Amino acid sequence: MNDFYAWAAIGLIILASTTGDVLLSHSMKKVGDVGELWKRRGIFAVVGRILTTPTFGLGVMAMSVAFYSLLFGLSWGNLSLVVPASASLTFVANAVAARIFLHERVGRRRWIAALLVAAGVVLMAV
Amino acid sequence: MTFRKYLVLAGITVFSTAGDSLLARGMKQLGSVSLHNIPSLLLAILNPWVAFGIVFLLAFFACYMSALSWADLTYVLPATSLAYVLVALIGHFRLHEAISPTRWVGITLIAAGVGFVAAGPSVTTHPPVENAHMASQATVSHEVES
Repeated sequence: MNDFYAWAAIGLIILASTTGDVLLSHSMKKVGDVGELWKRRGIFAVVGRILTTPTFGLGVMAMSVAFYSLLFGLSWGNLSLVVPASASLTFVANAVAARIFLHERVGRRRWIAALLVAAGVVLMAV
Repeated sequence: MTFRKYLVLAGITVFSTAGDSLLARGMKQLGSVSLHNIPSLLLAILNPWVAFGIVFLLAFFACYMSALSWADLTYVLPATSLAYVLVALIGHFRLHEAISPTRWVGITLIAAGVGFVAAGPSVTTHPPVENAHMASQATVSHEVES
């Protein structure tokens, strides 16, 4: 039963963190380069613009679901199962989602990078 | 990519590593949380290790948001995955944990993946619409190094 809870948590982490990453990346692209904005308008303009971007709130909500799923998963499964399994699959899920929803050009270089990292993360846990 | 931007990517790596290990330590102290007392998860933040971990994760989040404002998600994620290597190396050299051959292969794969993505362009620039069909054929050439 512990295994079931652990894998349910892993599935939830992947789904929620991919949703969160896509929403946050989308928001930050709309905000623009925060370094530039900070230099021109100050830190409050940066924070203000981020907080008034609607998808930012949704992204943070998705991330907190992922965060609590992680706490839940860690309390049931081994650190060495939950973290690598969810992390490596999230890399792959993010590459797919970024291509579909963010229209990022995930070329051969980025696919290879995502798969190498995902495989490496799994091996680290063996 | 300026030096400051590489620093932000390094910040993501270091802060997320520190935050995760503190959280893991705190949650191990609290023990298993069952489905019947999910509210106790909300109280988990009262544990000092968890609270300290959250502070680091907030620092991570600030760096992460900054990076996403000037780089692609598919660039930032692999580029910051050196965190896994960092944890293993800290364990090896400071805590004298043994690193098995499989883990060394894992470390090599991650490092190779990071090198692969870091050598490429960091952000997708969309070409003007009339060139879009050409761009899809020559994906890399239209991406601009920033």
